[in-house]
Amino acid sequence: MGELVLFYVLAAGIVLSAVAVVLPPFGRNPLHSAMSLISSFFFLAAMYVTLSAHLVGALQIIVYAGAVMVLFTFVIMLLNLGPDDFGEPRIKGAKLMGLMLLFFIAGKIWTVFETASKEAKPVDLRLPEYKDFGGVEDVGKEIFTSQVLPFELVGVLLLVAVVGAVVLAKKRLDYVADAPPAADARLGHDHGAASTASASHGGGHP
Amino acid sequence: MTFVPLGHYLALGAVLFVVGLAGVLTRRSALVTLMSIEIMLNAVNLTVVAFARYKGLTEGHALAFFNIAVAAAEAAVGLALTLAVFRLHKAVDIDDLRILRR
Repeated sequence: MGELVLFYVLAAGIVLSAVAVVLPPFGRNPLHSAMSLISSFFFLAAMYVTLSAHLVGALQIIVYAGAVMVLFTFVIMLLNLGPDDFGEPRIKGAKLMGLMLLFFIAGKIWTVFETASKEAKPVDLRLPEYKDFGGVEDVGKEIFTSQVLPFELVGVLLLVAVVGAVVLAKKRLDYVADAPPAADARLGHDHGAASTASASHGGGHP
Repeated sequence: MTFVPLGHYLALGAVLFVVGLAGVLTRRSALVTLMSIEIMLNAVNLTVVAFARYKGLTEGHALAFFNIAVAAAEAAVGLALTLAVFRLHKAVDIDDLRILRR
């Protein structure tokens, strides 16, 4: 009984915070969306802990709420955007149609999963083979033995993403060899730079 | 010993995914769209972790770990693209955005 109550409290927190990201109750400030998303991540981390995924719950807070959302809030404050609006829908009644369709999809997925998992019971974590299930040692052993290739690939992916992000966020692409000299500070020569940026990516010199 | 049925977690993941999908489809700000994508990734993560708990498989936790890493990479590149778009157009409205250059 207590498990169900805890689940519903956490689920309500997760879903309400996620809805507040998409439909902020106090205007359309992107910063409000970011704060709601952080709250949703904290509720999700609590739910991971109830699922005995301690490491994933900790990573959720450290990586998502700590790193990714700081990046988001930083960019929001850097751009200093005003509140955006939903704009005029292109089709009449599009919002109503979309809302109905979304509820239909959610109900459909719900039905499929309910029928598929009616008799599924969780494994008993008191058994000796599930000692430290979801802890750092358990998941670490899994990652560094049988999942070592994906782990290395994720490392390469993160490196590529960091280099790509730095290149994309650069103010001027001056390192491109045959770009015409910049007329003004804010990407006046972007036409030439954008077309040559991909070509010089492999052998370009800094 | 009482337990929450697996279907509850899967349903919560599905609802969360649909909320994120609604955000991607309706909001016009690129930043909020990126946040909605994060919600969708988290919905998938929740589903994977729930299955891992019910089947007693640690592979699910490893998959969630990789998913978090990929989401972080996606956020970094997406925000850098948003910055580049903002420098060009002075706005991040993805409805008005058609080209990535002048």
